[in-house]
Order: sequence, then structure tokens, then C-alpha cells
Amino acid sequence: MLREYRGHQVTVDEEGFMTDASQWTPEIAEAIADEVGVTLTPEHWKVITFCREDAAREGQPPGLRRISKLSGVGTKELYALFPKGPGKLAARVAGLPKPRGCV
Amino acid sequence: MTTATLDATASAPAPARAPFEHLAIICSKGTLDMAYPGLILANAARMSGIDATLFFTFWGLDIITKKTVDRLHVSTVGNPSMHIPTMVGGLPGMERLATAMMQKQLDRLDIPSVHELLTILSDSGAHLYACRMAMDMFKRTREDLVPHVEDVISAMDFFDKAAGAQVLFI
Repeated sequence: MLREYRGHQVTVDEEGFMTDASQWTPEIAEAIADEVGVTLTPEHWKVITFCREDAAREGQPPGLRRISKLSGVGTKELYALFPKGPGKLAARVAGLPKPRGCV
Repeated sequence: MTTATLDATASAPAPARAPFEHLAIICSKGTLDMAYPGLILANAARMSGIDATLFFTFWGLDIITKKTVDRLHVSTVGNPSMHIPTMVGGLPGMERLATAMMQKQLDRLDIPSVHELLTILSDSGAHLYACRMAMDMFKRTREDLVPHVEDVISAMDFFDKAAGAQVLFI
């Protein structure tokens, strides 16, 4: 389905995850963050940038354990940045699909 | 029926379901194959923004006991899913073999150890409690437990902490 963020039309699935990562822009990330009640800080951007680079390399969005091990942002901090569920929200703000793993 | 009515029906929102806000898990078994489901489910809940509370009782205490947390075994006896005769499962070395095979598979899939999962859970804000009665039965003290455990509490305390939660018994 289509959703409009700050004048840009993007395709999303039923849970609001973008289905085409190439449609993503930092401005859209800000708008999705607003929608999920998060104000983006430089630490958030560190996580978002890592997620997008990792997904481009691996072909799938990273799970939370992978983010905490490789991005330099630890588990505790990830939960502080995305209190309503970093496992889903990091990927969603980064314009990636919902991660498939459980860790 | 007009097109307009059809459209209105099609776009009507699905009936709202009550959000799933809190998962409370009673972990009562201490084998490797029974430790993982509770810990993984609790972690998946936290990753989705759902609160998680774990209550370790009876054999489940082995999951949070320093001496046993890194030595949990797969049970080969009384487990029909092992697909081996119970008597064979009882032979010396079978448990060790099955445990080594599962451990290898867990490592291959990069699934965290039980110990690491406890750390992840604790860092995620999940609450871990030990059952006081089981602690007394097995003669364990707070010092015997891993530091991730917040407190030793009674079953009634657990239900107070699990207020409003979906409760899962493993």
C-alpha cells in the first residue's frame, strides 16, 4: 500500500515497513520517527546508518543482536533510543523490512 | 448496493484488538531444549516493545544458577521428539552426544548461549525473578544465582508483578 511522508509517496506493508528501501530518504526517516514517537538524535542516526549499510551488504535487515555487536551501540542504549521496541523500530525508521530473526 | 457503499465496506478498519503489552513466563524446566523457548520468546517480546517478566522455579532455577547455566543438557529420555527408543536414550553418553549436537547447531546459526541471552534480556529491561520456595527446596542462596536475577520472590509476588500480563508456563 502507499503512504505519504512529507510529500513523498512510498510503498509500505501492513505493519508500516517500507517495501522498497531505495525510496527512503533521511527526511522520510524523520517522518516515520515522528509517527512512532521517536525524536532522532545523532545516536539514532548511527543505528539507522548501520542498519542500511548492513542490509545493503547482507540482503536482509540486521537483528538486534547483530546491531548491538557491530554498530557500537549496545543493547541497553538501543532500548533507550527506541523504547517501544528497537527490534522493529530501527528497521522501520531505516526504511527496511521487518527483521526475520528472533535475536 | 452502490459502489460507494462497497468502497466504504472495503476500507472499514478491522476491529481493534487489545494490544499485547506484557508477557510473563514461568520457566520450570532446566534442560537446554526447555530453557531456550522461554528466553527467546521473552527476548522477541522485548524487541517488539512488549514488557517481559520471567519467573524461574523448580528445575528452571538451573537456567539462572551460576554452576549450571553454562552446562544445561538436552534430555534424551522421555522425549518422544528425539526419535530414539527411550532405553537407547538412557545409555551412558547419549545426553552428552545430543547436547553436543544441539550446541553445534545453535553455534552454526549464531544463536546466543543461554548465558548471553540472560545478559541480553537483562539489558533489554526484562525482569528476572527466582522462586523462593524452589530456592529453599534446592538449598540455593542468592549468591548461587547469576547477577541478572533481580530478586527472589514468592509465587504471589510474581502474580503481583505479572498483573495484566499474558502468562506462559514452560
